[in-house]
Amino acid sequence: MIAALAFYLFASILIASAVMVVTSRNPVHSVLYLILAFFNAAALFLIAGAEFLAMILVIVYVGAVAVLFLFVVMMLDVDFVQLREGFQRYAPIGAIIGGILFLELLFVLGTWQFAADAAELRLSPTPAGVSNTKALGRIIYTDYIFLFQAAGLILLVAMIGAIVLTLRDKHHSKRQNIAVQVARTSELTMAQPALGEGIRREDILRPLPPPSKAPKPVAHHGHGHDDDHGHGGGHH
Amino acid sequence: MAEFLASPLGILALTVAKTLALLVPVLIFVAYLTWAERKVLAAMQLRRGPNVVGPMGLLQPFADALKMLMKETIIPSGSSRLLFLGAPMLTFTLAMLGWAVIPVNDGWAIADINVGILYLFAISSLGVYGVIIAGWASNSKYAFLGALRSAAQMVSYEVSMGFVIVTVLMCVGSLNLTEIVRAQENLWFIIPLFPMFIIFFISILAETNRAPFDLPEGESELVAGFFVEYSSMSFALFFLGEYANMILMSSLTTILFLGGWYAPFAFEPFTWIPGPVWFILKVCFCLFTFIWVRATFPRYRYDQLMRLGWKVFLPFSLLWLVMTAAFLKLTGMLPA
Repeated sequence: MIAALAFYLFASILIASAVMVVTSRNPVHSVLYLILAFFNAAALFLIAGAEFLAMILVIVYVGAVAVLFLFVVMMLDVDFVQLREGFQRYAPIGAIIGGILFLELLFVLGTWQFAADAAELRLSPTPAGVSNTKALGRIIYTDYIFLFQAAGLILLVAMIGAIVLTLRDKHHSKRQNIAVQVARTSELTMAQPALGEGIRREDILRPLPPPSKAPKPVAHHGHGHDDDHGHGGGHH
Repeated sequence: MAEFLASPLGILALTVAKTLALLVPVLIFVAYLTWAERKVLAAMQLRRGPNVVGPMGLLQPFADALKMLMKETIIPSGSSRLLFLGAPMLTFTLAMLGWAVIPVNDGWAIADINVGILYLFAISSLGVYGVIIAGWASNSKYAFLGALRSAAQMVSYEVSMGFVIVTVLMCVGSLNLTEIVRAQENLWFIIPLFPMFIIFFISILAETNRAPFDLPEGESELVAGFFVEYSSMSFALFFLGEYANMILMSSLTTILFLGGWYAPFAFEPFTWIPGPVWFILKVCFCLFTFIWVRATFPRYRYDQLMRLGWKVFLPFSLLWLVMTAAFLKLTGMLPA
């Protein structure tokens, strides 16, 4: 009785928030509704007795994926006028694709057949006396370990692909090499540079100043040397 | 009486009573943690700290609470009103939610669930939402920068935290918090898994946004970070949430590494002290270390923080995880 009430409560909130994800005007609100939807899905898992799946759903989707969604959506400056520009033109194509997908779904559901032993499996989702965390672990890491590892490898390849595609050549970025910094000794050296030349040793953060042909008057140079020329690009 | 307690209404009443019996002491603990932090920091900086309100300043937390209540709640005109007010409530609620599964003594947890550690991990990973929503809803650039920093920081440190938890779970063979403590009856996990303890402790500093990882609220560059625009009770809720989270994370450390309610030695003078007292003492030790770290280390630079999380802690905890697994397997100590 209570379980049924809770089911209908969570299921209706889930559907309502899923609708709000699509219809809400502010993209940040959309993501927040998506998070609400994840939560209610987790609650439904709990009612079904799949506590491990419920927790993993919250940890992975709400705790990590949705945070990154929110991160990106907040940073984007979405212009709705521009987004709606081509609506008239693309609406028919979208409707056709949607219709085809809907028909496919109907065909699939029309030919749906329950396996002979599905009914009894549904009644006992986990074997008696084994917690569902253990049951899942047994299936994934013992029975189907190679398939599971293969799936992991495919994801890894996709991840590497994404990184390779977005990695840009960053010659101009200044990296900090901690090992070099730690190994550096603090010994001081005295130098006597020529007037207006400055010290020609490469600094850690700034590139060398461009070599000047003739020594300039001292009044315009002096201490500001590095700052005047350093950020200008140098010759690296 | 017995049949009333077995009825649904009775179970509800009992749960409410248990929850109050846990949360009221936690809130008092939070109040005195703020006092203790000021006292300890003062002692480390050769000052006296709060010493005017009450003997030794002991009534200072209540004076602060009263002050917060009397202040005006200011809502910035450009803010998203509902989210702006919802964010501090969310932070505070999440900090309280985790306590449902904490076993202070053998069998004292309100909800002794099978996946207790995952529940705690899930709750702690949600803490970032309070910060992000607050930063976005304030419609202020300092708050927003703080929120973005916090999002990246908490997601990064959760990864190594997860590996540390998995290492402990491998030694226990259960996700239940009570079982995790029971597995440490003879040997606390801090001894065989000492490097993991260090990584875990540093990660929870980052996870609770405490110094030296308090970049989301770094006052020298972001004024106060994500809660610049907050005042009065909404600010107080953030404050309470942060301190309650510190206590929650210290309890988690106690459960995972410091043997929960067990005495350090299982013989006479130590066993006279009851389990919950040992638990609270260990939590106090962790909290003292939190404050000690705050008084000692300067704030990390942002790129160094990311480097530490991804390039130092992640590979190291992964390596230690594999080594622990290999050791348990080869010596046949893997729990069934």
